[in-house]
Amino acid sequence: MEEQKELKIVLAGNPNCGKSSLFNSLTGLKQKITNVPGTTIENKVGSFKVDGRKVELIDTPGTYSFNPKSLDEKEAVKVFFDNPLPDAILYVADAANLKRNLFYFSQLAQHGIPMVLVLTMLDIADFKGFEIDIDRLEKELGIRIFKVNARAGEGIAEVKKALAQSQFVPHYAFGSEEDHTHESHFISINKLLNKTTTLKSKRELVSNKIDAWATHPVLGYLMFSVVLLVIFQSVFTLASYPMDWIENGFSLLSEWLTSVLPDGWLKKLIINGLVAGIAGVVVFVPQIAILFFFMGLLEDTGYMARVSFIMDKMLRGLGLSGKSVVPLLSGAACAIPAIMSTRNIENWKDRLITIMVTPLMSCSARLPVYTLLISMVIPSDKFVGIVSVQALLMLGMYVLGTVAALVAAVVFKWIIKHDVPSYFIMELPVYHAPRWKNIWMNMWQKSRSFVAEAGKVILIVSIVLWFLASYGPRPEQTFSIQESEHLDESYAGYFGKAIEPAIKPIGFNWKIGIALITSFAAREVFVGTMSTIYSVGDEENFDQIRDKMRKDTLANGDQVYSIGVVLSLMVFYAFAMQCMGTLAVVYKETKSWKWPAIQFVYMTVLAYIGSWITFNLFG
Amino acid sequence: MKLTELHIGQIARIQSVAESQFKEKLQEMGCIPGSLIKPILKAPFGDPIAYELEEYTLSMRKQEADTVEVRVLDPLFSS
Repeated sequence: MEEQKELKIVLAGNPNCGKSSLFNSLTGLKQKITNVPGTTIENKVGSFKVDGRKVELIDTPGTYSFNPKSLDEKEAVKVFFDNPLPDAILYVADAANLKRNLFYFSQLAQHGIPMVLVLTMLDIADFKGFEIDIDRLEKELGIRIFKVNARAGEGIAEVKKALAQSQFVPHYAFGSEEDHTHESHFISINKLLNKTTTLKSKRELVSNKIDAWATHPVLGYLMFSVVLLVIFQSVFTLASYPMDWIENGFSLLSEWLTSVLPDGWLKKLIINGLVAGIAGVVVFVPQIAILFFFMGLLEDTGYMARVSFIMDKMLRGLGLSGKSVVPLLSGAACAIPAIMSTRNIENWKDRLITIMVTPLMSCSARLPVYTLLISMVIPSDKFVGIVSVQALLMLGMYVLGTVAALVAAVVFKWIIKHDVPSYFIMELPVYHAPRWKNIWMNMWQKSRSFVAEAGKVILIVSIVLWFLASYGPRPEQTFSIQESEHLDESYAGYFGKAIEPAIKPIGFNWKIGIALITSFAAREVFVGTMSTIYSVGDEENFDQIRDKMRKDTLANGDQVYSIGVVLSLMVFYAFAMQCMGTLAVVYKETKSWKWPAIQFVYMTVLAYIGSWITFNLFG
Repeated sequence: MKLTELHIGQIARIQSVAESQFKEKLQEMGCIPGSLIKPILKAPFGDPIAYELEEYTLSMRKQEADTVEVRVLDPLFSS
């Protein structure tokens, strides 16, 4: 039998039309994220088999129109014209909102590519009293139309079957030969819908009633605060269990490797460079995954759009927009995926400012640093009323990061010149019960792309830093990273001493200098470096490290880690740009080294000044 | 009159959309002459405002709404 060629189908539609649900239902777990060649545009690609034919389904970002204006958009539309040309476009339209959904359809229908139309949200259309004559609509458009309820799995099999067959090019004329303005397309759509749809009754959706609460001047903000509180509480408490397992797992792995591998430099590289580097990335996955679970939940239900709506006015004054809320909140987990999520901010200046200030939000890599340092200066049994002082100081660090981000935004608003005015034109989608499958898939894919993006950079930097800390300029001396008495003779030690004069005014000695340098892989490496410098066997034992650091004294008998030094260090870690992964992603998103360079400089200067003030106030 | 001059619940028909950097975006979202529009919700501090535009809810800032010219429907028809 003749082997039939694989079909290439492109999935398109407006945001909030149920496209992700359909994609997940059609392809199941067989999905991967691919880059459009030579671009930063990512498409989800899935596949399924029907009637012995393999179908490759390419998902595209939800959009309201086909107007390649920016460079990004020009790249995004390539998928429709890339060789091999798609065999068909599977267009998803929200039946309850057909007019606007058909506009993007009308633009895609111009290109002579066969199309299939899938209608979703029929229950909502029904509730609204909106009736669609499917047969008539099929005849007018000249293509096949299917009703689908992805959640219940209705209509999925029919769509799959139909995709294996040949499709038709829509023959309905949108606009006219010479007139393809937006207005002319809408006139054609209106004519089409007048013939094929009827509005029987009009009922108000529950959505509008919920909005009276969600956007209330007092209750709205209160609700948002409670939501934030629940999220952060969950991130910290829930994530601590899997994080413990991961840490224990990796230390077991290291022990096992130590016992089985033959001694030599390769063993040290694998255990102290490679495994430690991977562990440093993986340990943050639980926190990031939980945060993305909640972000996905808020977006999927439609609540996030309301948050943008009520926050827009305040953020606008700071040079941001309501759409900056998602990246800023994500930044509390990790700046890397947060910066990638700025893509839906249309205005370049708004987007750029959001990218520039997001790394000031306290990310999860700063947590272990704060935890160690706070425990050094404040006993865990100290309370103000019922609130632990340690927890209060930790909260203070989050507030400090957020305030710094907002202030930096104002400064950038003055500095960056851009003549296109910022605007905020956003759909408030109908509230939905959570579509769990979408939320899980979203969480899984974002966590995976964090591991891939951040992992690469952190791994490489970890290995380089391992080398710098393990070897020194004197060749006869090769030593293990564990032998701390030699660390000062390693390359890292020389670097630490070289920068000591520069960091002395903010209270840091060369040992801290080494930690600052190694922290460029990722901030949490600070803890590991400290444990190496103070030769603590078990890296994860905060108590041991803390006690050794406390005992370190100056020549005159004073503690090295006085309250001034510790607070100065905390401020430094709050502000400094110590994350190669973030710089790499800023370069990718802005397509220029200018912005990561500016970001690096301004954050480092801010950190230095902040630490200097702190050290002189408390030192 | 301008879209921003409508009060909550008042139904109007869009007459025209003035030239601006965001005219195309407004059109894509369905702000086309002839479409029915009704303010339904104001964000705290009165800006942005959410409108029922034909079949869905669209929010925009006053700055954008100021570029949309509307005519109020006869209250007899709009009720």
